Amino acid sequence: MEWFLGQLARFYAPENLGLLWQSIGMTIALTFIGVGVGFVLAIVVAIVRQSPGWGMLPFRIAAIGFVEIFRRIPFLVVTYLVLFLIAAFVKGASLFLIAIVAICIYATAYLSEIIRGGIESVPRQQVEAATVMNFTRWQTLWHVIFPQSIPVILPPAVAFMIAFIKDTSLVSQIGVFELSFRGKELVNQGMSGLFVFGMIAVIYFCLSYPLTRFGRWLEIRLATSRSQGPERQLR
Amino acid sequence: MQHLEVRDLSASYGSLAVLAGVDFSLARGEIVCLVGPSGSGKSTVLRALVGLTPPTGGSVAIDGKAIDYRSKASVRAARDRMAIVFQQYNLFQNMDVLRNVTIAPVEIKGRPRGEVEADARRILGNVGLADKLHAYPDQLSGGQQQRVAIARALCLKPEILLLDEVTSALDPELVNEVLDSIRALAMEGMTMLIVSHEMAFVKEIASRVILMDHGVVVEEGPARELVDAPRTERAREFFGKILRH
Amino acid sequence: MNYTFQFGVALDRLPDLLQGAILTLELGLLGFWGGALLGLLLASLKTYGGPLLRPLANAYVTFFTNTPALIQIYFIFWGLPDVGIVLSAFNSVLIGLTLNTGAYLCEIMRAGFLSVRRPELEAAETLGFSRWQQIWHVIVPHIAKTIYPALANYAVVLMLGTSMAMIFGVEELSGRAYNIASENYRHLEMFAIVAGIYVVLTLGASLLLALVGRVAFRVKAKVF
Repeated sequence: MEWFLGQLARFYAPENLGLLWQSIGMTIALTFIGVGVGFVLAIVVAIVRQSPGWGMLPFRIAAIGFVEIFRRIPFLVVTYLVLFLIAAFVKGASLFLIAIVAICIYATAYLSEIIRGGIESVPRQQVEAATVMNFTRWQTLWHVIFPQSIPVILPPAVAFMIAFIKDTSLVSQIGVFELSFRGKELVNQGMSGLFVFGMIAVIYFCLSYPLTRFGRWLEIRLATSRSQGPERQLR
Repeated sequence: MQHLEVRDLSASYGSLAVLAGVDFSLARGEIVCLVGPSGSGKSTVLRALVGLTPPTGGSVAIDGKAIDYRSKASVRAARDRMAIVFQQYNLFQNMDVLRNVTIAPVEIKGRPRGEVEADARRILGNVGLADKLHAYPDQLSGGQQQRVAIARALCLKPEILLLDEVTSALDPELVNEVLDSIRALAMEGMTMLIVSHEMAFVKEIASRVILMDHGVVVEEGPARELVDAPRTERAREFFGKILRH
Repeated sequence: MNYTFQFGVALDRLPDLLQGAILTLELGLLGFWGGALLGLLLASLKTYGGPLLRPLANAYVTFFTNTPALIQIYFIFWGLPDVGIVLSAFNSVLIGLTLNTGAYLCEIMRAGFLSVRRPELEAAETLGFSRWQQIWHVIVPHIAKTIYPALANYAVVLMLGTSMAMIFGVEELSGRAYNIASENYRHLEMFAIVAGIYVVLTLGASLLLALVGRVAFRVKAKVF
């Protein structure tokens, strides 16, 4: 008990708190910026993948290749690839930026599949109704497909983002100062690994668990709102 | 000159030929019904006309001007003049009634919103839905949804209205409210091509009836004559079956 | 633009990498089967566990699915020695991945448990199926159909997850690439090749699992 309190006092010592907050902030920033930008790129990839015509064929192939390849490489390997690729051509690139690029690539590959599923969930007849009224492809996407696919896309996309809070721990390996990195630092300073990583796990849990609950709530709410009239809550 | 002229129209889904040379025409203001057993290709005729199932042969002309189905611009121009109403209504699920009816005229044709909304309110009033402007499709009955779909087509100010089995998906007690809306349109002199199974309605409203089977026109003639005294064996068989039901 | 790619130097070490790949498969398979057993245990506890064991199983799953696998392994590798338990890097990673996988597979298996509906069992009973026939003809196919695609998908996810072992110096595919790269300084090329090997491995695994699923359980699993 005494040992525990001693470790606790050291872990949360005033001079350490600033760094701890900084590392938590970094974990959150990595997740939200990386996955957020990834989501926007994923929309582009999903649209390209659905685009018609021979002219778009090379882009379609590139989009499919991108998605299928990066969903089959470990995130850690993607991170190292980005690190070494950027390091090879740019001197002194920031580690934060490298981590964000890696997260973006990974998130884009996964989220574009989720978005594709959402787009495909919109019945073909909705598109036909738009087509015969002379909607262009973009107008159909904007007015009909996106609004109708959001309730399908949002729950798994949010779940992906929340799960990524945990996956960001891997970028500690290239030296980004986030929560896991801070944990290793404290152990290197002679603190107990048992205590530090136990505590770090608890902090991750506190970040992840409430958001997981929020995600589940969102899923239920969107599911029920859909049966009563879709997207009323979203307009 | 005929308002709509269809010559030797053919179409296929993949390798399956669904239309094998269909000929017919509509005069301005004429109401023609397409009847026939399921799979005879009558719905495909309508889909082909608006380019949803692009024709593989033959010609379609509006006011003598042929539609080139390989040209986007030509198809768009044709869709400006023809509106189609689907069996399953196909209302946009994410929009309320008023938005469903006004979106195409406002966003696609660029007409002033105020003017379009006034039109929409009047048309929705005519089909008896003045109090449902802000309801969403899944809050409406099938009959109400189908009337919204008709209003949506009318708000596009089409010259020719194509109706694809608009009452087939409805409960029997809701059929009449939709037919009433179509009767009202007939009075206004709209050119209409109607695919329908309601033989009583067909006899009442159509000036001519076209019987299709296996992707071709079997027989064609004035409504009463064709339905009550068909000349061909195939037509006798078809109408005999239908009337027995 | 002053980087010269030298894939030749890197490709010379391909046999070494393939040896690493075997270790990757080993970690993946052991972790998956261990995790499957643990998941089955947890799912049973969650479904039939009673007031004492059920919350325990719940707490386990909630905690392990809401914390990073990396931290769990850190805890085992850097934390447990504090209480006198010293495990090798490989064992730490394997135990960590197994504990983590168990939590995720529990959720999948529970969905399978819940998918068996009473009426179907009753129907089987009225048809005179024995207990084992019921289990074999009704329950197993039903559960398999529900959970096989998710399990197959997780097996691939886990295979990618084993790359974490490199962090602890285990010479599986990624770890070996890293160590070779620190000898020949072709980091970029080494990791590009490793990425390619992962793509081939997981693609092969997906195809194989889809095939097994189709033959054994008549399940259509998606490869892409």
